[in-house]
Amino acid sequence: MDLKEKLISSFLAFENQVDLDTYVHDIRSEAIKTFEDQGFPSKKEEAWKYTSLNSIIKQDYSVFPKQENALEYSEIKKYFIHDIDSYKIVFIDGKYSSHLSQTTHDGMDICLMSAALTKPKYRLVIENYFNKVAIKDSISSLNTAFSNEGAYIHIPKNKLVQKPIQIIHFSTGNESSVMLQPRNLIVVEENSHVQIIERHQSLNNNPVLTNSVTEVIAKKRAIVDYYKVQNDNNNASLIDNTFIHQKQESHCAVHTFSFGGKLTRNNLNFYQHGERIDSTLKGITIIGDKQHVDHNTLVHHIEPNCESHQDYKGIFGDSSTGVFNGKVVVNKEAQKTNAFQANNNVLIGDKATINTKPQLEIFADDVKCSHGCTIGQLDDNAMFYLRSRGIPEKEAKALLMYAFSNNVLDSVKIPELKNRINKLIANKLGVNIGFNL
Amino acid sequence: MLKINNLHASVEDKSILKGVNLEVKAGEVHAIMGPNGSGKSTLASVIAGKEEYEVTKGGIFFEDENIEELSAEERAHKGIFMSFQYPVEIPGVSVTNFMKTAINETRKAKGLEDMPAKDMLKMIREKSELLEIDRKFLSRSLNQGFSGGEKKRNEIFQMAMLEPKLAILDETDSGLDIDALRIVANGVNKLKNADNAVVVITHYQRLLDYIIPDFVHVIHNGKIVKSGTKELAHELEEKGYDWIKEEVNA
Repeated sequence: MDLKEKLISSFLAFENQVDLDTYVHDIRSEAIKTFEDQGFPSKKEEAWKYTSLNSIIKQDYSVFPKQENALEYSEIKKYFIHDIDSYKIVFIDGKYSSHLSQTTHDGMDICLMSAALTKPKYRLVIENYFNKVAIKDSISSLNTAFSNEGAYIHIPKNKLVQKPIQIIHFSTGNESSVMLQPRNLIVVEENSHVQIIERHQSLNNNPVLTNSVTEVIAKKRAIVDYYKVQNDNNNASLIDNTFIHQKQESHCAVHTFSFGGKLTRNNLNFYQHGERIDSTLKGITIIGDKQHVDHNTLVHHIEPNCESHQDYKGIFGDSSTGVFNGKVVVNKEAQKTNAFQANNNVLIGDKATINTKPQLEIFADDVKCSHGCTIGQLDDNAMFYLRSRGIPEKEAKALLMYAFSNNVLDSVKIPELKNRINKLIANKLGVNIGFNL
Repeated sequence: MLKINNLHASVEDKSILKGVNLEVKAGEVHAIMGPNGSGKSTLASVIAGKEEYEVTKGGIFFEDENIEELSAEERAHKGIFMSFQYPVEIPGVSVTNFMKTAINETRKAKGLEDMPAKDMLKMIREKSELLEIDRKFLSRSLNQGFSGGEKKRNEIFQMAMLEPKLAILDETDSGLDIDALRIVANGVNKLKNADNAVVVITHYQRLLDYIIPDFVHVIHNGKIVKSGTKELAHELEEKGYDWIKEEVNA
């Protein structure tokens, strides 16, 4: 039985575990039909031309982890940004860990999807927002069909959430291979501000496939800063589907730091429903071995006077492959749009590959849109400059690569996170540059 | 200190240096002048160890050691410094952190521990005063958004920090206004002593009013065609380079 059949046949059993009477039952049933019709995306589809899931989905995954696993904080502390006070929503093999989490209902809800999907008091928010922003493609539908657990964050009006929220999904590897389908819903009401850090981490080398869907709704003047730290080990794959619905004057930024994993596919979609919206999409990818990272972005400018800024940097070593497929759509009504997109790559491995494809679909006539992509090697003159100052070749390379990717970090607003990313970059580049970057 | 014998060098099979002879002793200041395309910047890069340049004949000896096979960083560790005509911008790495890295890598190569932070700060303070550089400047990203003058001053600041035995200043005067030129030249003069040497590479005589050379060499078509004292620089300023070319061709 292949993975598709296994998932479809598991669906009934899954539905029996969760509540059949809930509002989401119909949504799930429809979603599994979509997945059944379409199956996993293949390379024949334009959006998946450079990313093949074949080797990932032929694995025999356990769809429901059979046992509950516990972890001690000391074992996994290093995967948190632990030097700051934060809310934590932590999952172990897809199950919520109250022991490791720090949630709240005090003036806002920072808690669990499973509770939100079943308890009446969340019913209105679920009916208004759940599965309303996510597109109904096969891979998101698969997640929707099995949606049950994840983070549920609802910030009411005029609230500055003082502490960042860390959402971390651990997989223990206690079973030979596991497929996880986390589902997050984040609703930020008018004038509110929230910072979120998300991470998926497997703790041993057993294969893991995570198909995650996150929906974000940012109301008028809301500010959402979302950081995705992707530094998983070489047998963990992630399909991250994020959908952001922005209302007028809201500012949303997603930073994606991709330093690991076997296969990582980021489907990041922004929809601007209002004027004077600002959307920021930034990423640093540094990979090696046979790792594969694919950024598939969409910014849909629907109304006038909005901005979007995309800046993705990639450094590819060994036989790694990268994909950047960035689409910007500007509707006819979306005059005075400012849309910028840049994708710059450095290939340092002889067998490394990058496929980069900007796509602009502009139907308005008074807009400022720019895009550019570069693929290069490190600059010889810059190398000579550093080496002539006594900095050895390896360190000089690392310094230049750091400098190359650095401006993406300028907009990271949590200093401790920035510090951590700096360390991860230095670590990934395999050097101690002699000072704290 | 530096001895160059019949040096031939080429880049991408294009021959640029065609038999340069030069000897620089400790305590001396040499100026190398010449028209555009004569090979003077190539000479600087070949001495500093730029990989793209291939030495095809002759040799470069530094303190009696043939340095031809040494990498740029190994030459730097031995005390060769080159001030760049076009310093490279390194976003996200401050001037201070860059200098810490450069100094500690050099110390590491010599088997020394990192310089204690306190000593480093003291040294940075002293040397930045020498070049009239303020503190804010030191925390800016290296060369990013620097004016022409700031870049050159920063090059000489790096020279001050690294305390080389041989400093090659490649077109340090280009793009400098008179105040910046004075500050840069003052810095170089204060760093000059009986144990080190300076080679100034320039197109114009202007800088040599401030950094007085002991010897002036004219390079043309990849060869040193005339050597003299500082008066030669004045002559070049007055008469241009054409008479040299004619003399060579005669």
